[in-house]
Amino acid sequence: MLKQVISRTVLQEKVAQAVFIVAACCCILSVALICFFLLMGGIPGLAEIGVGEFLFGTAWQPSRGEYGIAYMVLGSLYVTAGALIIGVPLGLFCALYLSRFATARLGRFLQRGVELLAGIPSVVFGFFGLVVIVPFIRSSLGGTGFSVLAASLILGIMILPTIITVSRTALDSVPQQYYEGALALGARHERCVFRVLLPAAASGITAAVILGFGRAIGETMAVVMIVGNQVHLPASLVDGVRTLTGNIVLEMGYATDLHREALIATALVLFVFILLVNLLFNLMKRRAGI
Amino acid sequence: MNTKKEIEMPEALTLLELPQTLTGEERSLISISKLNLFYDQVQALHNVNMEIYPRRITALIGPSGCGKSTLIKSINRMNDLVADCRIQGSILLDGEDIYARGMDVNLLRKRVGMVFQKPNPFPMSVYDNIAFGPRTHGVKKKAELDALVERALYDAALLDELKDGLRRSALALSGGQQQRLCIARALAVEPEVLLMDEPTSALDPISTARIEELALALKERYTIVIVTHNMQQALRISDQTAFFLLGELVEYNHTLQIFSEPEDPRTDDYVKGRFG
Repeated sequence: MLKQVISRTVLQEKVAQAVFIVAACCCILSVALICFFLLMGGIPGLAEIGVGEFLFGTAWQPSRGEYGIAYMVLGSLYVTAGALIIGVPLGLFCALYLSRFATARLGRFLQRGVELLAGIPSVVFGFFGLVVIVPFIRSSLGGTGFSVLAASLILGIMILPTIITVSRTALDSVPQQYYEGALALGARHERCVFRVLLPAAASGITAAVILGFGRAIGETMAVVMIVGNQVHLPASLVDGVRTLTGNIVLEMGYATDLHREALIATALVLFVFILLVNLLFNLMKRRAGI
Repeated sequence: MNTKKEIEMPEALTLLELPQTLTGEERSLISISKLNLFYDQVQALHNVNMEIYPRRITALIGPSGCGKSTLIKSINRMNDLVADCRIQGSILLDGEDIYARGMDVNLLRKRVGMVFQKPNPFPMSVYDNIAFGPRTHGVKKKAELDALVERALYDAALLDELKDGLRRSALALSGGQQQRLCIARALAVEPEVLLMDEPTSALDPISTARIEELALALKERYTIVIVTHNMQQALRISDQTAFFLLGELVEYNHTLQIFSEPEDPRTDDYVKGRFG
């Protein structure tokens, strides 16, 4: 009798374990498959075009067999840099406020707002940019309005939840003794926060910035709708560019053969970017201990 | 840790050699009167009256939860951090009510430094740790800061160990060094009073001995109030000892008096290790 019970629990454990392993494997497998697909799909194209020509070539004219993504790499970096310039200070101050200045009730309320912001689909952000930001830039700064600036603004807002949440976690996990130690020396609250807590959370905040970078460079829908998508070097902030993500989504529908392979290779480049970002993030996270 | 053992009195000292009387002509630096302190509905201190004298070491002893830490945190108003903490009565520092309206709390905390139970150096260099206080209070010139840092390190008996490692991270120091760094950090703002909240409870015996030596050296210039669980520590370094029980100041007298001939039977039981 007892033996039966034991063997039944052992069996249950084994089944449960198997289920978990299958679930875990599915996650890993999907990453591995994406990786495999990108490499298999992208490498032949890359080989045919030439890695140097592909990465550093400035002309993207598939009809003439010219596949250079340099301007799009730059476009992605410009837009992402713009997003960080706008999003990082805003998000960091917001995190500081939530972590160390807001009353508990107001903090909870604002936190809900941040969570809501994180839940808004990117197409909605794009649409907002299209009907509000783009016309505003067109009328106030000139040009078509479809611009690096518009995309930076929207992306800056889109990365806020990431920046706020991660840096707030970093700030919250700074030991209270640091704060008390500074306070006991006669420092004002602001000084304790900015001169002791903020430096103590530095690596966590760097992790937030890195994660924000990854989010911004990978964003597609909202950017395509407002960034203009011209393959060229932008003359100013109100000029348009094309990003790596935009390039893929704009042309995938009709691309064939080498053109298609070049687009997959574009995705591969993006994937490498994200991989590097993740690597950096994990490094910073380990240093921050969060 | 030695609370269960009978405490042996040093033989060389007799009661005739006691320091000046507690209530004599000498003027106290800190005067606590009719202090009642509440955490929300719970009363943590009951009608505490106590005079703390300058350039002495005053030890606060008593079992956990007796209110000794609460009292010490009232002297530099660190209790302000605790929501729902209410205070009645008064604490005068050099005749000035520290809970008076318009009291500059930051200035108070500059005058009354604090060392915590767990060493809490900031995650920055040794130099920046010590310079934090002076910088907070407006010292900007590098030469001036350098001098202050060096003096604080010297006063905290750390100079020899650390003078070549000022740029090292404070977190790389040993626990005992970290605690002495915290003392140096507190000294760098030139306080009048140094509060020590069980400063050696997280340290090994050798580090503990060094902190005690340091406290004895520092009382030449500073008024020290130390909370301790270790009764032998109180006996070794303090001039006066106050025994607290359940938020009440049971007895306050010369340390030797408290440990040899306490007036209250509860003090007697505690210092003889019968409870606590």
